[in-house]
Amino acid sequence: MVIEIETLRPDLSGNLGEPMTAPESLTATDKTTVAHKTAGRVSVDDPIMSARQVNVYYGDKHAIKDVSLDIARNEVVAMIGPSGCGKSTFLRCLNRMNDTIENCRVAGDITLDGQDIYDRKQDVVQLRARVGIVFQKPNPFPKSIYENVAYGPRIHGLAADRVELDELVQTSLQRAGLWEEVKDRLNQPGTGLSGGQQQRLCIARTIAVNPEVILMDEPCSALDPIASAKIEDLIDELRGNYAIVIVTHNMQQAARVSQRTAYFHLGDLIEVGPTDRIFTNPLQRLTEDYITGRFG
Amino acid sequence: MRSAQQTMALVERSIKRRRRAESRFRWYGRLAVFLGIFFVVVLFANIIGKGYGSFRQSYIRLEVGYDPALVEPDGSASAQSLAQGDYQAVARAALRALFPEVEGRANLKQLDALLSDDAGYALQKRVTNDPGLVGKTESVWVLARDNTDMAMKGRITRAENEEGRPLSDRQLDWIEALKAKGLLELRFNSGFFTNGDSREPEQAGIRGAVAGSLFTLLITLLLSFPIGVAAAIYLEEFAKRSRWTDLIEVNINNLAAVPSIVFGLLGLAVFINIFGLPRSAPLVGGLVLTLMTLPTIIIASRAAIKAVPPSIREAALGIGASSMQVVTHHVLPLALPGMLTGTIIGMARALGETAPLLMIGMVAFVVNVPGGFTDPATALPVQVYLWADSPERAFVERTSGAIMVLLAFLLVMNGAAVFLRQRLERRW
Repeated sequence: MVIEIETLRPDLSGNLGEPMTAPESLTATDKTTVAHKTAGRVSVDDPIMSARQVNVYYGDKHAIKDVSLDIARNEVVAMIGPSGCGKSTFLRCLNRMNDTIENCRVAGDITLDGQDIYDRKQDVVQLRARVGIVFQKPNPFPKSIYENVAYGPRIHGLAADRVELDELVQTSLQRAGLWEEVKDRLNQPGTGLSGGQQQRLCIARTIAVNPEVILMDEPCSALDPIASAKIEDLIDELRGNYAIVIVTHNMQQAARVSQRTAYFHLGDLIEVGPTDRIFTNPLQRLTEDYITGRFG
Repeated sequence: MRSAQQTMALVERSIKRRRRAESRFRWYGRLAVFLGIFFVVVLFANIIGKGYGSFRQSYIRLEVGYDPALVEPDGSASAQSLAQGDYQAVARAALRALFPEVEGRANLKQLDALLSDDAGYALQKRVTNDPGLVGKTESVWVLARDNTDMAMKGRITRAENEEGRPLSDRQLDWIEALKAKGLLELRFNSGFFTNGDSREPEQAGIRGAVAGSLFTLLITLLLSFPIGVAAAIYLEEFAKRSRWTDLIEVNINNLAAVPSIVFGLLGLAVFINIFGLPRSAPLVGGLVLTLMTLPTIIIASRAAIKAVPPSIREAALGIGASSMQVVTHHVLPLALPGMLTGTIIGMARALGETAPLLMIGMVAFVVNVPGGFTDPATALPVQVYLWADSPERAFVERTSGAIMVLLAFLLVMNGAAVFLRQRLERRW
């Protein structure tokens, strides 16, 4: 087992950063019973979002167990792991999309710029304006392309007049790399675009509200490789302005777009670290097994 | 182990069996569809065959002389005097003039019976509008009595025994004579659409019933659509699932299956006896039909809301729309076609509903066309019921005519539902 220097650094939040030696018995088959501590360093300096000891329950099901993770500014964090491991659930905790699911209970602290987002005083509408989300399946509104992008700024009152709104729509579409393709048909329905274009439209719709963090829940899983490549390029460009958290099943994608990677397994956050280190030199057997394709 | 050939033979046999079952099933289906169409055609043929005659009515052309002695009994040409004139006598005199050979009280009475009482009213109206007519003679088409009309339409013939038929041989002679001279003919029956109900079939029309139905349905629509849609939105989008919402859901589904007469009893007990609302009024009818239609609208609206994909809601929530904005900006516009379709179908059901209206007194004999929500009124299906109950032969025709009008309304409403669904439906 190789222990990185980084993992030995003392952590702000106690022993979370301490390396964790995987028990010899820990294999892919008896992984469920092991109470877990995350390997690698979960905290960063000056995080924009910070989650500590987050537990999520769906009724009796314990979906997320004691997960702690920081998200840095101008950084892409990839969350990987087998299906049902809780990475999407965790992602949806970050802008309280889980509120819409009945029976879902979230415990623990999640802060955005130091403020508890589950605080009673926190307005979800404001939170979701600051933490945008892009879903797995492109879900444009059955309205025109223009209306799709303009909807967010309109409900939040971000544009004073029509001219400003037009500009905002244009810059959002430009940043999403869709402007050239749709500038002549802004009044046509967004649902008439191809899958990849629809997903970029959804990204444009999200950045039109000018969020601080963008959550992406498997944004490329419904797309072909060429459309996926475009989204990946886009994510790389957006990193300059936003913190991005992306859930993906595609490990090459995680390796290409992210700076840090978090590996989830059955509700536990097994390991966090710089992406190149995770993919070349994982601390945990489970991580290694997963990224080398032994299961998943 | 079977050889490949044995397996093939077995498969072949089972394929034959499956094919036979399939073609048998197809024939059952065709038979069912055919039976359905057959009965619809029989029903429509029967109703139209009986009812088309009600759109035409027999009129007699008379040379009416407005004899001042009959028209203004006290000799002054005042409006009051004109109102007291015996105009039916004027009409009778004109008819008798066509048959100078008829003598004797009994015979004259038979002759007079060819004319409708409406003839006198029609002449009075003419004179009231133009008092200058007094003392003059003019040619007027006046309404014939229902039996004359039935003879004209071939529903009373000489083939029947004279004892058993409402017209005597002599009366039939006169009718034929008038017809031969072109003084008796079938003309478009505008009275059927402009008159209220009447004891005399030739004067009875559906306007009162149609107006009553419209007032009733207006109340029903104004109450049940907003309440139903609001309830559906609340139950689907806002209410947390609990024992209470489950209970409400079960009860809504049960209410949709409650016999409509029970709603009528409820309306009688609550709206009339407790709240003291007027009897026989479209207001109460509308309230009762609202209760009856609400479950239908709620169920249809909930289904329409459920059909809006959750991804649309998530998309809106994800960029920070409030729950209310999600509903008003996204869910409602997408669910509206389904809601409207459900509402129209509910309204069509309410239009055809009779039983609850009987309970709240909308079955009264109402001659006047109702002018408001609290005037006594009947509704179209109740009018059908009333006429079907009347002994006069001519009402058979009127009944079928009213059914045709009712069916036309229903077809238009259902057509509107289909049109709306196809027109407004959006794909995502």
